[in-house]
Amino acid sequence: MLVTHLSPLAASIFSLMAIVSLLLSFVMLGSTWLNNYLYAFAAESWVIAILSATVGFYGGYPELYLIAILTALFRGLFLPYLLWRIVKRLNVTRETHRILKPSSSLVVGAFSVIFCLTVGYRVGQSLGLAATVAVLALTVMLSMKLIGFLMLSVRHEALSQILALLVLENGIFLGAQILVPGMPVLIEIVILFDLLIVVACFGVLIRYLLAHAGTTSSLELKRLVG
Amino acid sequence: MVGPLLLVMMIAPAAAVAGCLVFHQRSVAEKLNLIASAIAFAAAVALAILSAKGPYRFWADYIVVDMPGAWVTLCTAIVYLLASIYAVGYMRLLEGQEHRLWRFYALFAGFALTVLVSTVMNNAGLYWIAIELTTLVSTFLVGFEPAAESVEAAWKYIVIVSAGISLALLGTVLFYWSGSFVLGPVYAMTWTTLQQAGAKMNPALVSLAYLLVLIGYGTKVGLAPMHTWLPDAHSESPAPVSAMLSGALLNGAMLGIVRYLAVADAAGIGPLAHGALVALGVFSLIVAALFIVRQDGIKRLMAYSSVEHMGVVALGFGFGGIFGVAGALYHMLNHSLNKSLMFFGAGNVMRSFGTKEIARIRDVWGRFPVQGALWLAGAAAITGAPPFGLFLSELVILRGGIEAHYGWAVAVMLVLLIVIFIGFLNHFREMYFLPVKFAEDWRPALSRWCVTPMWLALTPLLLFGLWWPSGMWDHFSTIARVLAGGSP
Repeated sequence: MLVTHLSPLAASIFSLMAIVSLLLSFVMLGSTWLNNYLYAFAAESWVIAILSATVGFYGGYPELYLIAILTALFRGLFLPYLLWRIVKRLNVTRETHRILKPSSSLVVGAFSVIFCLTVGYRVGQSLGLAATVAVLALTVMLSMKLIGFLMLSVRHEALSQILALLVLENGIFLGAQILVPGMPVLIEIVILFDLLIVVACFGVLIRYLLAHAGTTSSLELKRLVG
Repeated sequence: MVGPLLLVMMIAPAAAVAGCLVFHQRSVAEKLNLIASAIAFAAAVALAILSAKGPYRFWADYIVVDMPGAWVTLCTAIVYLLASIYAVGYMRLLEGQEHRLWRFYALFAGFALTVLVSTVMNNAGLYWIAIELTTLVSTFLVGFEPAAESVEAAWKYIVIVSAGISLALLGTVLFYWSGSFVLGPVYAMTWTTLQQAGAKMNPALVSLAYLLVLIGYGTKVGLAPMHTWLPDAHSESPAPVSAMLSGALLNGAMLGIVRYLAVADAAGIGPLAHGALVALGVFSLIVAALFIVRQDGIKRLMAYSSVEHMGVVALGFGFGGIFGVAGALYHMLNHSLNKSLMFFGAGNVMRSFGTKEIARIRDVWGRFPVQGALWLAGAAAITGAPPFGLFLSELVILRGGIEAHYGWAVAVMLVLLIVIFIGFLNHFREMYFLPVKFAEDWRPALSRWCVTPMWLALTPLLLFGLWWPSGMWDHFSTIARVLAGGSP
């Protein structure tokens, strides 16, 4: 188990990366400009890529360098580029009808982090890992999950929803690098490719939405009820 | 023998996809898809029989043909065949879509392929990817008709299901983590490995991981309260796709829950795992009953019936034991046959009356004596009336609940099944026996392609209601023993 015998330096670097990613999700949660979302997402992906490389270095998993490069390329460059093209095509720059004000969603987000910390700590304690970076990894993993769901429920612009889904996945990826660095590379690579296909599908669907439903806001998708 | 059969079953739909993409013609695409579905069906029957002597593993343990998997493969292949026959007739009825139909068949065969692949995945991570792929392919089938409603349904489908399935990914990672305490940091995460390592896993971590996986795949199965995408997607997609979503895809995702349930049992969190599944099953029945009684769309009615039946299957597996598991597996098969029949009938009626509203569909029997009778028999069957297969499977599941001391769940299930019986058949009474209210657009011509698959679905359904083959019972009890951690 990597987390149990980490040098203090490595543990601090891992913690730093995890916390920076969490902060970046708060940036996404607190802003209303779609471009800011996009930059925060790209930055978060780069942080995760760096994390992969450091885990590879300290844990002795050379294959994680490959994952780091792919993460940086796919999540850090290609996905943001695809999404940026969608933003340009849609001509939407910000969320206009917010269900929850950014400040309120930040508060809800903070509470969900506290909840996740409690869960993470309990699980860590029962595993005898309460004093390690595992608790933080678990907390960040679960918090990014909840923040992603929060974004999904309070944002309605199609693009914000895609980004929220990507935050959900980023959280898992980040946690997985620290907790299970030995997870087979094949699966990680396939998941990365899968993500690309997901975004491509979303791109096509957004075009359909514009053409047939005349809107990209989920608030106006209310033909089907009951 | 198993290896080549498996290969043939996968190559047939893959070749159909390739053929559709090359030829771009409706007539060629139709035939290719039909041939592929027939081949896949034949191979799936053989695999289901041969799996009893298995499990057979291929490609460094990434692929497995075992009894529970092969059973779901069979259910999938049956629906694929029936829906492919039906699609030939139904898709020709769509106006102005002729030039796009090759795309439909390419996606349709691709969708069948992804569901078939998911049933033989032996690695929990790859299984997740296969299930994710089923979503991506089927999204475009849901949104195939260029109407605002279809695109809306497709969007809601992909967003809700992707969000749900990401929870399953988190659960999968946590399962891997809990396994790594037993098996070391790097290991192949196959179902058997997880089950064997289960006894030594940390119960707190496994509970968290299991609940995440249950919610995640439960979204895909359509268990309430994560079912919200299901009525939209099932009602807005073309009828053959609705049948595939309901009869094939839902079972494919249920398989994942069943496999994780076996791991949870091994990890000693059985009561929590089974209790959670039973609770979701009961809640699905409650939601389905409420929406079935007050439904006014014909395909949404069928969709809520799928929520109901997935709830029943969840209850079967949740109750566990030989009766619970056997009943649930039998219910999967019967539901696949029956729901295909129901969606085919709904599609026919929808095309003939030019509406999805139950209030505008009247005098069905007078207009289609044969097809109307088949659909009505299907409606009686889907509500659990004898002498059809679902009656038997529901009865066995109820018995499983009594054996497992889930008396309250059995009582609630019984009451809700009766409510659904009355509510569902009341809609059919209105459609069959009330006089015509609106002067509607009437297009009676339906080809044989639209009616034959209804016969093909109803006949075995009746047969399975009258006679539960003893070989099949033995097969199910072996599966129940294997899932409980015993040897076959």
